[in-house]
Amino acid sequence: MPLIDAAARAFRGEVDVLAIGQDAAGNALLVERHQLTAPMLDDSELKISYAYNVEIVPTIILAAAGGAELCRFEGFGKSDWQNVLSQAAYLAGRPELQIDWSGYPTSRPGCGSKSVEPGVAERLAADASGSRLRARQIELGADEDPFEFMFERGLTDGLPVVPPTPERVMRMLAGTRRDAQEVIATVPPNLAPLTIEKVAANAVMAGCRPEYLPVVVAVLEAVCTDEFNIHGVMATTAGATPTIVVNGPIRHRLGMNMKVGALGSGNRANATIGRAVKLALRNVGGARPGEIERTALGGPGKYTACYPEWEERSPWEPLHVERGFRREDNVVTVFGLEPGPRLIVDQLSRTAHALCGSLGMALESCWHPKLHAYGEVLLVISPEHADTIARDGWTKAQVRTRIQEAGARPIRELLPDANAGEGMTLRQFGLANPAPEQLEQRIAKFRKPENINIIVAGGEAGKFSSAFGGWFSGPMGSISVSRKIEEAPKSE
Amino acid sequence: MTQTIRIVDPTDERVPLSRTLAPRPQHLSGVVALLDIVKPRGDVLLDRLEQRLAERVPGLTLKRYRKPTFAKPAPDDLRRRIAAESDFVIEALAD
Repeated sequence: MPLIDAAARAFRGEVDVLAIGQDAAGNALLVERHQLTAPMLDDSELKISYAYNVEIVPTIILAAAGGAELCRFEGFGKSDWQNVLSQAAYLAGRPELQIDWSGYPTSRPGCGSKSVEPGVAERLAADASGSRLRARQIELGADEDPFEFMFERGLTDGLPVVPPTPERVMRMLAGTRRDAQEVIATVPPNLAPLTIEKVAANAVMAGCRPEYLPVVVAVLEAVCTDEFNIHGVMATTAGATPTIVVNGPIRHRLGMNMKVGALGSGNRANATIGRAVKLALRNVGGARPGEIERTALGGPGKYTACYPEWEERSPWEPLHVERGFRREDNVVTVFGLEPGPRLIVDQLSRTAHALCGSLGMALESCWHPKLHAYGEVLLVISPEHADTIARDGWTKAQVRTRIQEAGARPIRELLPDANAGEGMTLRQFGLANPAPEQLEQRIAKFRKPENINIIVAGGEAGKFSSAFGGWFSGPMGSISVSRKIEEAPKSE
Repeated sequence: MTQTIRIVDPTDERVPLSRTLAPRPQHLSGVVALLDIVKPRGDVLLDRLEQRLAERVPGLTLKRYRKPTFAKPAPDDLRRRIAAESDFVIEALAD
């Protein structure tokens, strides 16, 4: 303080010397203790500290009249002070200050600026004029509970959400280098533009960590395509939900669970990535249950449905490699499927033939046992089942062939009758007055073997697999979409 | 520093426009579009409606339209065509 005051007096009229303090009461105390004549500016709001990127106090900055910085140092350094005072004297056109330096230490460290305290830096960044945030901000009353507010405004899926404060949204945006205002998609049914900032706000609400953000963005880009038809998936009176499979090294970096309980619950990344997608579709796209979301019953997958494949435990190529990506690529694949898995029990089969026969029979119940020549499903094969199949050396193609064979039924069994009124019509097979032998033609469950999407996941113990039944799949409904995650966090 | 809590609006920030229904016409005349969204048996319903309307309102022009799939919104050109060509629309949601 004495040095600041000496400089202020010596250079008055030529170089402005200002003391800036971060605490109003503390500033007053300093002025009184040192009988300061230099102006003391109050920066309790820390805006100057933020603008000048001050991390340590004290920080001494010599700046040109326009504000451009000429030099700075932090803490106390005798030679630093001598240097800055000398420069200031030169700029002022005044003689150098005569100071008795013998009483000063060579150097002393400073301490942390209030502007970089946890939580404060993000608030300052959110408030700054160049802030990445542009969305409307809603100020809550001092007595309002933010969690209750989110429920009352209809912003949640029925579970509590983390209030997306500007600080939290700023922290979330640290997960991407993309411009916060970049529009990544137009979201049906409202056909609303979806910015990275809006994705980040919904990701905060879902409970995501910033490093999950690029995955959430990739999924939203994938579902908002004509092929995927998210409008239909969300609006159908049947029950479908965007079901996400994550492949690539990012599964490990995000700590996703592909082992015990892979299909839920208990893992933050699995749970919150899927939830963030659903919240964005609800809040930005307007797909709210009872409004445009019209499912008769829904299901648990309507909250979240995001699962990594246990590629390392699979005897086969992982899903994304089958779809033309490199093994080291990070890829999301989205399917419009039933909102929740169905369990397939087979504890007795000891051959690939027998086990895949069981899988085929179980998959026949998807949609309805009489509805055949249908589209995409997702089959999640557990490690024990994968081992049984791998012992016989079967490829995925052989698994699919056996499933198709086991699920095939003659046309006569697929027609509606008094015992079960659902089924296929003769017209669907191009038949008007079929001869009896024509009704013996066997129809496979799936239009194409590739409609049976296969991944491996789950705990080491348990001869159980799971399947996600399909929706109305194909060009007239929804087609699964894979998308590379362009921005993956670096490994730690 | 202020202690109140602010949140970033996670919605599309658009207030839906409220639209009033068109007044109910007293008489049917001109062109009536019969739109089949291709759900099962929607055609059965529309066949019957077409037959009954032809009987009860002579002189009415009845035009049939089909969506390519019930699982997606009607394509823009279909919507424009119906709007340009008809005075009324009856849509069969069926199952």
